[in-house]
Amino acid sequence: MSIKRVERLDSVVIRFAGDSGDGMQLTGDRFTSETAALGNDLSTLPNYPAEIRAPAGTILGVSSFQLHFADHHVLTPGDAPDVLVAMNPAALRANLGDLPRGGTIIVNTDEFTKRNLAKVKYAVSPVEDGSLDGYHVHPLALTSLTVDALADFPLSRKDKERSKNMFALGLLSWLYTRPTTGTEQFLKSKFGSKPDILEANLAALNAGFNYGETTEDFAVTYEIAPAEMRAGTYRNITGNTAVAYGLVAAAHLAGLPLVLGAYPITPATDILHVLSKLKRFGVTTMQVEDEIAAVGAAIGASYGGALAVTPTSGPGVALKSEAIGLAVTMELPLVIIDVQRGGPSTGLPTKTEQSDLLQAMFGRNGESPVAVVAPQSPGDCFDAAIEAVRIATTYRTPVFLLSDGYLANGSEPWCIPDVARLPHNPVIFATEPNDVDANGDWVFHPFLRDPETLARPWAIPGVAGLEHRIGGIEKADVTGDLSYDPDNHDKMTRLRQAKIDGIAKTIPNLVVDDPSGDADLLILGWGSTYGPIAEATRLARQDGIHVARAHVRHLNPFPPNLGEVLRAYGRVIVPEMNLGQLAMMLRAKYLVDVQSYTRVRGLPFTSVELASVLTEANVNLSGVTR
Amino acid sequence: MTIVNLGMPGAGTLGVPHLLDEDPKQSKKDFSSDMEPRWCAGCGDYSILAAVQGFLPELGLKRENIVFVSGIGCSSRFPFYMNTYGMHSIHGRAPAIATGLATAREDLSVWVVTGDGDALSIGGNHLIHAIRRNVNLKILLFNNRIYGLTKGQYSPTSELGKVTKSSPFGSVDRPFNPASLALGAEATFVARTMDTDRKHLTTVLRAAAEHRGTALVEIYQNCPIFNDGAFELIKDREQAEARIVHLIDGEPVRVGADKVVARDDSGNLAVVAAKGADLSRVVIHDAGADDPSLAFQLSRLEDPTMAHMPMGIFRNVSRPSYDDQVRAQIGEVVTKAGGPATDLDLSGLLHGKDTWNVG
Ligand code: SF4
Repeated sequence: MSIKRVERLDSVVIRFAGDSGDGMQLTGDRFTSETAALGNDLSTLPNYPAEIRAPAGTILGVSSFQLHFADHHVLTPGDAPDVLVAMNPAALRANLGDLPRGGTIIVNTDEFTKRNLAKVKYAVSPVEDGSLDGYHVHPLALTSLTVDALADFPLSRKDKERSKNMFALGLLSWLYTRPTTGTEQFLKSKFGSKPDILEANLAALNAGFNYGETTEDFAVTYEIAPAEMRAGTYRNITGNTAVAYGLVAAAHLAGLPLVLGAYPITPATDILHVLSKLKRFGVTTMQVEDEIAAVGAAIGASYGGALAVTPTSGPGVALKSEAIGLAVTMELPLVIIDVQRGGPSTGLPTKTEQSDLLQAMFGRNGESPVAVVAPQSPGDCFDAAIEAVRIATTYRTPVFLLSDGYLANGSEPWCIPDVARLPHNPVIFATEPNDVDANGDWVFHPFLRDPETLARPWAIPGVAGLEHRIGGIEKADVTGDLSYDPDNHDKMTRLRQAKIDGIAKTIPNLVVDDPSGDADLLILGWGSTYGPIAEATRLARQDGIHVARAHVRHLNPFPPNLGEVLRAYGRVIVPEMNLGQLAMMLRAKYLVDVQSYTRVRGLPFTSVELASVLTEANVNLSGVTR
Repeated sequence: MTIVNLGMPGAGTLGVPHLLDEDPKQSKKDFSSDMEPRWCAGCGDYSILAAVQGFLPELGLKRENIVFVSGIGCSSRFPFYMNTYGMHSIHGRAPAIATGLATAREDLSVWVVTGDGDALSIGGNHLIHAIRRNVNLKILLFNNRIYGLTKGQYSPTSELGKVTKSSPFGSVDRPFNPASLALGAEATFVARTMDTDRKHLTTVLRAAAEHRGTALVEIYQNCPIFNDGAFELIKDREQAEARIVHLIDGEPVRVGADKVVARDDSGNLAVVAAKGADLSRVVIHDAGADDPSLAFQLSRLEDPTMAHMPMGIFRNVSRPSYDDQVRAQIGEVVTKAGGPATDLDLSGLLHGKDTWNVG
């Protein structure tokens, strides 16, 4: 056995890529878990094909999982991989362009057959024709190494080949000095009932690890020290899971039953999956016939006094629009989770985008204001869901939670909150008459508002004496009777708007991060661009650029000081994964000449790209104002 | 008058609080809101409203635990006139909204009021799926075979060739037979009745209220403004007698005084003279039959000329309701876990299986 050198690195980005059937998501998940256990900070980005069963070996069928881990705070899954694990030619073809020269490539040469090469139009194997000369290439016969290691197992060759992802995981675990005990545990619970498969996977994992140790091919192993993180207990969490848990926590703390009206849609479906398991928390999940029924069921449940939620993506929001308008005018609490994806229409179902902001804001008939909240990272989806519930139940209004595909499937270490410290938000239902009529009798007026919040009472069926009717037709102020009176409609329209605007009183001021204190350039974002923007800001500051950074969580209403913040800077850059939707809102509301920087590639921004935007903006700014 | 037996399994109002003996008796007036109905003079909706308001006291339910949910259309104004909880929602969506409400609240008696356009056109999907799931809802479908609120266009139950404002050359749309549609979706309760036949309407409503699960009650309703006399052939005493196919559970299916429904050689149903009919072929109505085929066949006796029009309860079978089962699944898990989730349970959920400590 050769003696290996140990090298310290501060951060690594690995991308596992293979055919959809190669188990790359599982491999990535396990490597993530091992890495988290070592105390590195990390961020992940899975990338699935849109088709469930794309033909094997084709570019369309490539599935990948990128993981960025470091000894410092990690804000993004990494712009570009340092290491690419390519399980077949298609995976190499699809991902090589993202790998900078000098990067490391581990290829499974067993799959580089004539047939497979031809499928992705390689005339000659790129491993052999010198086209990978600028990279560190490790050509390994991963499949045969796995099959050999499992020679004694009573399994078919096909079954043995299936364990090649575990071999690769073992090898990478060795290479980056990750412990494999967690994965062993995981395999035991996953394959407990299939001992043959379990043993084979464990053996393949070990074989991969040992292979690294013995082969001449790898001379160095790497260590990445633990990152400095806030003290606490951590777990890894995806955005969709965090949304689901946030809803459960909010319902639990408010003492309300959680009812989810849902229709499966990518990339939101996991929220339904997670919540459908949580009956222990009294969660009702209703998978109904369509998106409209999903929001309808939620509205019915809300009328009955439940915390009602409907999760969807952009096309689903389009279908739900009329019903959301109904909830606006009936003034019932409702949380709509829009896990945004590329649009319009079916668009790019598995890719990310921020292009539903204006749909959330204005995509209904009539003056139909709603509150809009956007989480900034997978773990933050938990807090943002709780905040959405607070607004919905306090103000009796639909609230949009604008997640996106990048947050939904991406994951990061999450410092698990102490339940006792989560915000309590008691809900008070109407229990008695609230007004006196002309005869001096006590009566119930469903649209008599709370003077502070302008919210109307949440008066649920089952309370004697409060029987009343609500609906989509305009209601008379206070009494809630049907009203076609012009002045009343004008008043009610303004009241509904004022109620939403008034939420700002309970929203914290926007915090600006400006360590130098003298920046004249502000970069402002919302939603999932938080990571790339923060990382880009860090890079720009390293280059001596004075740049301030802020991130808007409440898109409607805006934080009270937003206008002031915008006016305090000579130049404001707003990067968005759309064609400038927040920028449009800011310009309209504050008459500030914010500059949009936009991309709609279905992928998150890279921090390098945004850093260069900042550099350029700074040059121009210096030319003009200094 | 029958009061629903509280302990009776399958009772539609099981779980809904009933009046106590000392509570004042309800009357029709208790169910009338202070809003004046605004339907056109002579509209069949008035008779239905009166029948419903008159019938509800006999259920003995607490008024505050009754909810009427409607969509859009003339009939959908109904909840405003009922002194119960109510929601006048959006076009076609009432069954979906009511499904959410009925599932979230076991203690409510939930009624849907809808029309032929609302239920069968824009809301067709929600209707068949509520029926398929067998949600504990009573759906009153006012069928006037026309769009009234939008002033007279042909509806999904208008007859072929109907001349309306939007079909000046006659409609080429084949109409739905709502009873057949509901039976095709395996409805557990399907009935047809008439706005003006107070006695029949009340009997059907009573049976619907007692049914646990979705009860679809199609009510023929005259729209004197845009489709006057649509049901005259079966309303007019003389004419009706020969046309109405009486569906009475356990009895031979009679048509008028002298005809019955019998099976022909190929198993199809036909209306034949009672006199001389082969008794072994005369259809005995069995609303409780597990197989919906007979009920479906009976529903097909209807024809465009209204030569024969089945009225009454086509089907009334017991099957677990969706909302009961949804609640049972949750209840079972919660009970097994020893009661409602605590903060500790929540903390356990947030932690999951794979955690690590820092600091
Ligand atoms: S239009 Fe017809 S259905 Fe509508 S209220 Fe008038 S009479 Fe009744």
